[in-house]
Amino acid sequence: MQGNGLNEQLDAIKQEILSGMETLESSKAVYEFKKTFMDSKTGKIGQLMKGMKDIAPEDRAEYGKSVNALKEWALVEFEKLDELMKEKELTARYESEKVDISMPANKVETGNLHPITLIRNQLIDIFASMGFEVFEGTEIETDYYNFTALNTPQDHPARDMQDTFYLSPEFLLRTQTSAGQIHVMENTKPPIKILSPGKVFRSDDDATHSPMFSQMEGLVVDEGITLCDLKGMLDVLVKKIFGEGTTTRLRPSYFPFTEPSVEVDVSCFECGGAGCKLCKGTGWIEVLGAGIVNKKVLEVCGIDSEKYSGLAFGIGIERLAMLKYGINNIKLLFESDVRVLNQLSE
Amino acid sequence: MLVPLSWLKDYVDIDIQPKELEEKLFSCGFEVEELYEIGKDIENVVVGLVEECEPIPETHLHVCKVNVGEAESLQICCGADNVKAGGKFPVALVGASVYMTAKDHKTVEGVMKIKKGKLRGYDSFGMLCSGVELGLTENMYPGAGYNGLLVLPEDAQIGADVKPLLGLDDWMFDISITANRADCQSIFGIAREVAAVLGKELKTPALDYTVTEAKKDGFTVNVDATDLCPRYIAHYVTDVKIEESPAWMKRRLALVGCEAISNVVDITNYILKELGQPMHAFDCNFLEGNAINVRRANDGEKITALNEKEYTLDSSNLVICDGVKPVAIAGVMGGLNSEIRDNTSEVMFECAKFARDNVRKTSRALGLISDASSRYSKGVDEYATVMAIDRALHLIQELGCGKVSSTRVDANIGNSVEPKEMKVSIAKVNGVLGIQVPTDEIIRILTNLNFAPVVNGDELTLQIPAYREDMESYPDVAEEVIRMYGYDHVTPTFMPTAKVTTGGCNLKQKTDMRLKRALCGTGAHECIHYSFFSPADLDMLKLPEDAKERMAIPLINPINEGLSIMRTTLAASMIHAMARNQKRGNLEGRLYEMGSIFVPKALPLTEYPEEQNVLCVGLFGDKEDFFTLKGMAEVVADTLSIKFTYERTTKTFLHPYQTAAIMYNGMEVGYLGKVSYEIMDSEDMRTGAYVMEINLEKLSDSFGNVPKFKPLPKYAEEKRDLALVMSKEITCGQVEDCIKEACAYVTDVKLFDVYEGKPIPEDKKSMAFTVVFTPKDEEFGADSVDGFVETILKKLNKKLEIELRA
Repeated sequence: MQGNGLNEQLDAIKQEILSGMETLESSKAVYEFKKTFMDSKTGKIGQLMKGMKDIAPEDRAEYGKSVNALKEWALVEFEKLDELMKEKELTARYESEKVDISMPANKVETGNLHPITLIRNQLIDIFASMGFEVFEGTEIETDYYNFTALNTPQDHPARDMQDTFYLSPEFLLRTQTSAGQIHVMENTKPPIKILSPGKVFRSDDDATHSPMFSQMEGLVVDEGITLCDLKGMLDVLVKKIFGEGTTTRLRPSYFPFTEPSVEVDVSCFECGGAGCKLCKGTGWIEVLGAGIVNKKVLEVCGIDSEKYSGLAFGIGIERLAMLKYGINNIKLLFESDVRVLNQLSE
Repeated sequence: MLVPLSWLKDYVDIDIQPKELEEKLFSCGFEVEELYEIGKDIENVVVGLVEECEPIPETHLHVCKVNVGEAESLQICCGADNVKAGGKFPVALVGASVYMTAKDHKTVEGVMKIKKGKLRGYDSFGMLCSGVELGLTENMYPGAGYNGLLVLPEDAQIGADVKPLLGLDDWMFDISITANRADCQSIFGIAREVAAVLGKELKTPALDYTVTEAKKDGFTVNVDATDLCPRYIAHYVTDVKIEESPAWMKRRLALVGCEAISNVVDITNYILKELGQPMHAFDCNFLEGNAINVRRANDGEKITALNEKEYTLDSSNLVICDGVKPVAIAGVMGGLNSEIRDNTSEVMFECAKFARDNVRKTSRALGLISDASSRYSKGVDEYATVMAIDRALHLIQELGCGKVSSTRVDANIGNSVEPKEMKVSIAKVNGVLGIQVPTDEIIRILTNLNFAPVVNGDELTLQIPAYREDMESYPDVAEEVIRMYGYDHVTPTFMPTAKVTTGGCNLKQKTDMRLKRALCGTGAHECIHYSFFSPADLDMLKLPEDAKERMAIPLINPINEGLSIMRTTLAASMIHAMARNQKRGNLEGRLYEMGSIFVPKALPLTEYPEEQNVLCVGLFGDKEDFFTLKGMAEVVADTLSIKFTYERTTKTFLHPYQTAAIMYNGMEVGYLGKVSYEIMDSEDMRTGAYVMEINLEKLSDSFGNVPKFKPLPKYAEEKRDLALVMSKEITCGQVEDCIKEACAYVTDVKLFDVYEGKPIPEDKKSMAFTVVFTPKDEEFGADSVDGFVETILKKLNKKLEIELRA
């Protein structure tokens, strides 16, 4: 084969590659087109390489060099084109997958804990960290544990404060979670720190009263517990629930099982104390009742009231939930309307 | 309790504004629920003298020239029939506010502002007022009830504000009294507190009277039931003249909501309000046998009370009898037979202490509530009892309506009304409070409270007045000190002397919470329903008479039938909740509740019933099905790291073919299924609903289970899909069990398709399973899994006549 003939032949292939490349539109076409030249058996350049054995030995070096040069060149060109194609194709693929991001989300629907559970958990978290154990008493109690042991004997006027559901002369639906605390005090030696959440029942039924509602009572019995400790603990509680800026106010009240007894008001978290609709213009919201455990109650449980003293407080959980979520009717909490439950997440 | 400021001022010099007094009362434990000026809506009404008064022709009106103390008289038109020249009347000036009345001139219809007006061509610059227009009644001011102008006294100063003149500048305190302070259930009782908080002297109402020669010979009082009546004082009054009470007394009674009746009856009501002691006056002419006997009623004994209704009594009721018959239901209401009449000439006053719970029970049992019974129910102190009888006699004399006799019988079981001595340690008082109240402050406070403190070192000796029955020991003293010293002195501390304890939830409580969160993760909302429900709910569930759910604990005094028994299942409340949602247009939802069912050992209750914690799940909506609910059961099992199995069962309220019992360790722990069409119909439900109950008590041995780690398989698992044709009766569970039995290497069998129809024969179905084979000690050989499949197919065929689908 003539040297000139080879050069022409190589030029022709080169031209063929260049003009062929212009028509290619996909990486797959590039691959196929490349194969027609580069395949070691069937490709045009491959065949040239195979033809090496037919070349006179003295020309082989020259021949090999020229064909190799073409091959190197072609590989680079094909590589460049392939990259270009792939880039174009990727761009096209991305474009084809464009979504309308304003379309609705494909949400995994989860349910919510009941607002009463949420508040209850929040309170448990606060008090568990102070060393309070959670004790759930029973909803059905005896007259003794619900009243008598709590310094509310049969003829006590405080029994009028609570309309009680009776199940028998002896058994009733507890009107306060304090009932459970007597069981704890009977069975445990001080130091005692317990928190009793649970359902309680009173014969009341209107927009702000439900015959069943939830309370959380706390009790501490130890040496040297004072009214100042009560105030200190309640300060921590209300700050954690209503925010750091919240302050408390104690005012005298009466519960048979505490002496002294106090009502605890918090500065209105809506208006900051200036007076608004929520606090009825007073700047204060009543949130809980508390006091120093009446020493008669300690004595009934066999605790030495000379050595130990205690503090107790009781919180209405629905009231807290209603204040926190702005719910105006307590009945909404027990109707299980999914439109209501849906809104009240943690 | 209603307390008019003017009345309070009889006993204490109050030199602070009403608002400030309200705050003082509040801080020492007396919440003022309402505070208002009696004439709060009346403004700019002055005394006017009508100087000229000319009729307007062809009308009932007069045009008047009224002197209101200004340089020029005002022209005012007036339609009242008692307008006349020379009379003094209240004049509402232009811009004034008074009450607007209806056509009857009696019914108040709101507040109005007086504007300049024109009547029949005459300008009118104001309005002459009636009593009603100023918010007054006849009892509040004489003449105020007249349907015409209120006539003011001749000496009223022209141009002066009418409010002080008519008592409209008085203030009303509505005070809430805590149950421990029965001694404050009176105006004098409040006055004691006001005197203490202001550090002022307390003026005792006048108690003096002159005893005349008159007496009632041989009169006796005999108290049989001293447990219910520790004190009974009777005093005889003669030469009684029944008349109207004086205006001052009628006004005070009107302000506190008491109707004036006649002097003697008004005195008893006045004393109830003033001293908190209920009293009764019997007409002596109708008392037989010259005696009062206080005893338990005989069963079936009857009495007609002052309200003219007859009551049948029993031995739990206390009655006051004369020598022959009952004349009053003790502490509740007098008898009609001995009531004070217009011609009553002799009166026997009763002033007694009755046991509070007995009065309360009698009053409730008879459905008869009076001012006296309400007062007695809160507890009356004997200090007031002794004081009240003297006060009544004083008022008899002051009103000149009778002669006080020397006949008084005082039946007393020996209670003293003298102060009781109490010794307390100052250190202990301060120990309760956690602060050191200066001793001179303690002395000041306790002196103001009339406790006559004497200090000797740490020892404080007090003389507790008899009316302070609530004072028992040092914590009570601590409370008295701090409520007067001020709760703002209490500084927060954080239990510096307390021991460290560990806190938090127990395993059961934590498990409850984990289950709740897991269920929330399935899209279900937690709900809470009442612990009581209705007997009708058991019928709705079509539970048979002998169903265990029928043994529900009844409430003795439920609010209504719908809330009258304790729950024995949570399903009824859940079905109602789902139905309620659908009625409100919420057509889909997932709910769950965790709550107690109450299982009595016997009825009526003799011991605590079991309160079992139960989980109930409800799903409703077109997208829900049986298997979604079953999936939620599996979530419960997974959360507890246990396995449930399921057995076909039936429930009276569920779909006969879509109900399963949930089994754990061979024990039935619950059920799940589709709510029956009968219930959907009766509850008006539009979409399918599913309900599940699991008794968590029966799973409690699993609480705290920790999932056990299984090492990952050493060798590659292999999977085969098997499409099987079988009789329609065969269940998925049967096939799964059979496959697992046939080959020990099978670690999972999962159904992925069910098909009926061509080319499957009509009486058959096809079910397709993915079977997972896991090698144990060595890798599977080339054909070993094919061998397993063959064994499985053989077993399926032999046991269940199942064929591989062609």
